[in-house]
Formats: sequence, structure tokens, C-alpha cells
Amino acid sequence: MIARQLDENPAGIHLPLDPLPGHSSRGRLERVLRRGEFAVTTELNPPDSADPEDVYNRAKIFDGWVDAINAVDASGANCHMSSVGICALLTRMGYAPIMQIACRDKNRIAIQGDVLGGAAMGVANMLCLTGDGVQAGDQPGAKPVFDLDSMSLLETCRIMRDNGKFLSGRKLTTPPQIFLGAAVNPFAPPFDFRPIHLGKKIAAGAQFVQTQYCFDVPMFKTFMQKARDLGHTEKVFILCGVGPLASAKTAKWIRNNVPGIHIPDAIIKRLEGAQDQKKEGKQLCIDIINEVKEIPGISGVHVMAYRQEEYVAEIVDESGVLKGRQPWKREIRRDDQMVADRLGHILHDEITETQVDMVKTAH
Amino acid sequence: MSEPQPAVTQATLVKKAAPKSDYKPADVSPQRRVQRSFAVRLWSIRHSRLLEWFYSRFADMFLLLHPLWKGIGYGRVEAPIKFVEKRVKGFMFDCRMCGQCVLSSTGMSCPMNCPKQLRNGPCGGVRANGNCEVEPDMPCVWVKAWEGSQNMVHGDKILDVQKPVDQSLRETSAWLRVTAQAAAAREAAQAPKTGASA
Repeated sequence: MIARQLDENPAGIHLPLDPLPGHSSRGRLERVLRRGEFAVTTELNPPDSADPEDVYNRAKIFDGWVDAINAVDASGANCHMSSVGICALLTRMGYAPIMQIACRDKNRIAIQGDVLGGAAMGVANMLCLTGDGVQAGDQPGAKPVFDLDSMSLLETCRIMRDNGKFLSGRKLTTPPQIFLGAAVNPFAPPFDFRPIHLGKKIAAGAQFVQTQYCFDVPMFKTFMQKARDLGHTEKVFILCGVGPLASAKTAKWIRNNVPGIHIPDAIIKRLEGAQDQKKEGKQLCIDIINEVKEIPGISGVHVMAYRQEEYVAEIVDESGVLKGRQPWKREIRRDDQMVADRLGHILHDEITETQVDMVKTAH
Repeated sequence: MSEPQPAVTQATLVKKAAPKSDYKPADVSPQRRVQRSFAVRLWSIRHSRLLEWFYSRFADMFLLLHPLWKGIGYGRVEAPIKFVEKRVKGFMFDCRMCGQCVLSSTGMSCPMNCPKQLRNGPCGGVRANGNCEVEPDMPCVWVKAWEGSQNMVHGDKILDVQKPVDQSLRETSAWLRVTAQAAAAREAAQAPKTGASA
């Protein structure tokens, strides 16, 4: 028999966990962070299809290596399966998704509805983002909405959770139990405002933050120093964004075309000098993780390996950030086994029953 | 049957005009394509301290005129005041008439000029040179707001979390609204109060 895993509801993997004092959600990520363990999150590359298997196959790659999976909301303003849809599928199978909400596509009416819908499906973590501009994506002719911004979105979610009210003041019968996240980018100007901006996000309701890709560790250390001085690290869990670069060419392309990602020359030089650039990119990511995990105030890493998802497990394993801990993993449970024993035969046996036989067995 | 072709928009044409990897200064959002100079706006931000001082005097003056506005009727003065306000603030700050002015909290840099209309701080896409991600030739509204607020006496107002924009107040006079609110607050408190600057 398989022992029950640490953060799992005994009545079913798809059900929320028991509420704990001091926790605002009933999810796994908040438990891991509040226990003081080094958390690992990652991002699911959303499929361009209506097939649920595409989502499950992409989530399976991370099994047993990450604590939560970000369900992106049309990242880069490119059209994909919605984050609500991905979350609905993932929570059914017991995964802990982080539902991203971008302000680009939805107004406050739709967003508040999605928060309730997501929470009802068992989504325990929500990440409030502004979203990329529509010009960045595959449909630049779309109307940018931006009715709320990431800050007022955070505040809206917090009001819904803590005050049990919509933004309009109308009461909710059951408020959503959610762990609120935000994004920060310490690598874009105005640099001296960024730590203060983080404080503003905490005031608005952020409980955890994920950062933009970190390739410049000294710059990140400066940011963290300021955040510590302002006392932010005691109020918020900071997960540093990291990821492997596929090659020096990709790195250069990202640097020139993706605003907000800062890649120093030294990184590109290191990649150019390597025999196997892809391998070096992975090693670089591991080295950065090893450096940032020592920074005081860092609670975890957010591994973004777009189109290199297969490396996430290796990166997490080789960097040793989990220290032997195994995050929740989908496994066959005792009741699954019972169902399989009793009913498994119907999948394999070819029984042709006539209506006459069925009546006979029914009596 | 042939595949239906996707509709070609202006934005698509602009995007296709140069190879994807190229830097395209013309690739700006449609509402900004008409205006390419930011000189006056940047002047206002550089002189944010002066404008802050002026604005607070101006708000006091408007509050002094409260009996006049009330005598004529706020509804009646709305149209002419809005006409003036729209042109003055439009020239000075590239005002978008959201009707709920927060210039004094944002270093005299109008946040509605941000393509994402962010009212609480910069997004993560600010370019290394401090320009906007959406409009590469426009200085980021929030980089400028931070600079402007550093010069101001009450620059720490930039730390306040702003409520979402009330779209129903669009194209109304913020000056009159602030004055009416300050007058109401003064009457409620029965004590002289300095009007909140718009």
C-alpha cells in the first residue's frame, strides 16, 4: 500500500486541503512556503488545442519536482487555452495550479467572476498581473482592456477574500480562499522605485511574488538588500524567476525583442564560448539557482523553461534545492486500486451481452 | 473551399513592414500614432515642484469660488470649465480626461498616457533606456512619474494604492469635482480646510 502524501486530502486528490490557522488558502503552495521549505514553481506551456490530454501530458513532465504550476493567461498576448480552463483540468487531477489573471483581456466584471469560478474549482493560488500589451502578440488588432491594473486587481481579490465583497460592495455568500501572488521585475527601470513598488504590492494584498527571469545576480542582490531594508521579506514570499537559455543566439534575440528581460554580456559570452550551448544554458541556470538560493529572503524559485520543459526536473534535481524533499506527485491511491481491481476487466474483456442476458442477471 | 484569410489590420501592416527581429520605432499603438512629441509633458514633469505649488494655490482659488459655482449651478459651469480644463491639461500633461486626476500623486506625469493605463506603478516591460515597451520612442510614464515625484514636497503620495478608474467619470471636470468634494468636506467639518489639489 502506498502511504498518503503530506499535502493531500484523504477524501480525494482533487479536494481542497484542511484549513490551517494563519493560512488564507487551502492549497499546497501556501503550506510549503509557510513551513519554510524552499518552494519550486514552474510554468505550463499552454496548448493551442481543445484536447485535455495536451494539458495533462504537459503537466506530467513536472510530476514530483514542483510545488505549483503556473497556468498562464495568454502570455505575451498570444492566444492559447485560457488559464481558467487549464486550472479546471489541473485541479481535477490534484495538481496545484497558480491561476494567472492578466488585466489585458478582461474588465473587472469578468475578472471577479473568474476569481469566484477558479476558487470554486479548487484553485488556491492566483497571480495578479498587468499583462503584456496586445502589440506583442499574434493579434495586435485586439482591443487592450486594462480596466484594472495589477495593483487594483490584487486589492480586488483581497477585498473579495477578506471582506467577502465584490468591488461594488455586494456581499459574497462564500468568499474565495486564495493565496495571492504578484510579479515583480527588479531588472527594469526605474530601479530605485522597484523595491518600493514591491511594498505597494504587499500593501495591496500580495502574499507571494514571482520575479522576472534573473540573469544578473548582483543586480538582484541589490534589489533584495533594499527589500530587506524596507522589511518586505518578512511580509512576502519571494520566488526568484530562473530559466535555461537554449543558445547565445536565443539570448541575444530575447535581449533585443522581449522588453523587461535583462541579460548581461557576460552571460552571452559564456554561452558563446561553450561547446554545447544548450547544456551550458542549463548549467548556467543551475549556477544562478545556487547563487540566489543563498540570498536571505528568498523562499523559492520559479523555473520558466519555455519549450524546454523537459529540463525542469533535471535543473531542480541537479541544483539540489529540494534537499531531498519530494513535492506532491500523482500516484495510484488505494481506492484507485480497488476500482481497477473490480472494474479493470471491462477495459480488456470482450463480453458481448445480449439484452436477454442482462435481464436475467438483473433479476 | 479555401482557408479564410485573417483580416489585415493596421497594426498587422505596421508589424509586417519590417522583419520581426528589427527594432521598429513606428510600431506604436494607434491612439498614440498621431502624437509624436513629448516635450511639453516632459517639461511639466521636470517642473513638478512648481506645478505642485501652483496647483495647490489654484485649488484654493477654486474652493474660494465655490459659492459662485454653486450660485450658477455646478451642472451649468461643468461644460465651460471642462472645455478649458481639457485644453489646458491636454497641452500641459497630454491629459486624457479620465475625470479623476491623480497628477499630484504621480509626479505630474499623467498615468492615463501609459498604453496600459497603469495608475499604480510601472509594468515589468520598461526598456533598459527607460522607454515604454508598447511605444519604444515614448519615455515610460512611470519612470518619469518617479523622477517627478522626487522633486515634489508631497512626493511620497506616489506610494498610495490608487483605486481602479471609474469609467463613468470620463470626460467630466476633475477640478469641479475636487472643489465640490472639498467644499462638502469643509462644510461637514465646519472648519477651514485646504482643498485637495487636483
